[in-house]
Amino acid sequence: MTSQTHTLPPLPYAYDALEPVISKQIMELHHQKHHQTYINNLNAALSAQASATASNDVPTLISLQQKLRFNGGGHINHSLFWKNLTPPGTPANDIAGAPALREAIVSRWGSHEAFVKAFGAELLGLQGSGWGWLVSKGGAKGRLEIVTTKDQDPVNAPDVPVFGVDMWEHAYYLQYLNNKAGYVEGIWKIIHWAEAEKRYTAGVENPLKL
Amino acid sequence: MAALLSNSARVALRSGASATSKAGAAGLTFARGKATLPDLSYDYGALEPSISGKIMEVHHKNHHNTYVTSYNNTLEQLQEAQAKGDIATQIALKPAVNFHGGGHLNHTLFWENLAPKSAGGGEPPSGALSKAIDSTYGSLGEFQSKMNAALAGIQGSGWAWLVKDKQTGQIGIRTYANQDPVVGQFQPLLGIDAWEHAYYLQYQNRKAEYFSAIWDVINWKTVEKRFT
Repeated sequence: MTSQTHTLPPLPYAYDALEPVISKQIMELHHQKHHQTYINNLNAALSAQASATASNDVPTLISLQQKLRFNGGGHINHSLFWKNLTPPGTPANDIAGAPALREAIVSRWGSHEAFVKAFGAELLGLQGSGWGWLVSKGGAKGRLEIVTTKDQDPVNAPDVPVFGVDMWEHAYYLQYLNNKAGYVEGIWKIIHWAEAEKRYTAGVENPLKL
Repeated sequence: MAALLSNSARVALRSGASATSKAGAAGLTFARGKATLPDLSYDYGALEPSISGKIMEVHHKNHHNTYVTSYNNTLEQLQEAQAKGDIATQIALKPAVNFHGGGHLNHTLFWENLAPKSAGGGEPPSGALSKAIDSTYGSLGEFQSKMNAALAGIQGSGWAWLVKDKQTGQIGIRTYANQDPVVGQFQPLLGIDAWEHAYYLQYQNRKAEYFSAIWDVINWKTVEKRFT
């Protein structure tokens, strides 16, 4: 039973590259502290699981499930999130680079604007910590749905997380305080539509190996 | 419009009567049937250095006030549905009542179980409560470290409470997700807000420091009153 140790994936851009939508300070804390903590706790849970498996300790194995779900989910969600963001004004932020996804969005919600509105309403309706996702149901090129997951619950296979938005307060609070609507409005300026198109058309085989 | 009305009515109410709820939050006030944001009994900066003035101000004026406003909006919809005998809508509104009503209750209780050091914040409990803590946890310090562990273990947003079991009279530590309020079998004695907005501007990801600093501004006199 080998247990692979997970490490913090580097960001595909500089900490200040998402400004003014997300500040450098938020990105540094979010990546270096919050994401790192999920990874540390995931590694600890995996190592405890390996020992419990070796000794066939079923009660311990069961009691570890929630830690795995929370910290593994935290690692997966943040890994997906960093990659589905891009600095504002880059070509990747242009929805024209996501033709198949755009067509599917328009056929599902009537227009890109209607989708943006529906997605925002879903995000702002979250009660507590969680994530908002555009999900392709059942696999690549599936029916699109707006889904929220609580705390660090991930989007489970076979559903495909096309892109996700972190709605934990630590994702925006230092900059937006209680104005989470301002954060939700700004997020569209940094969505990586090219990455979203790739996930929608080809699926996500392993969110930790994007 | 409704917010304006209740606001001015609240000013008028302040000098007069204030309603007391059965949940034990002495500061729950209503004006013309609407919940209103209770005043704090101390200044925003009075809990420093445990909790910064900026945090207290945003937390009270913005976060708590949003729960109050949203609760009142929910209540209006609920009353409309009741008047029409619309059962489906009444049921659909339950999560909103729980979340916004819970947020209002929790924060009201929280402000009251905090106090500046100059007003007795951090002074250990005495009497029956002190005895109950010692006999349940061994010592106040033991209780505090168990409470801090419970707070640190919350996955997501939520609260940790010292509660009294109404059936047995025993005290215990319980955590609640999001704004779920302490109702039913348990009575809230002491609540600590573990939402990130309660500490992030000052402590960022170092939430353990917030949990350890808050004991300096706990109003044990309020907790004793709730216990007895």
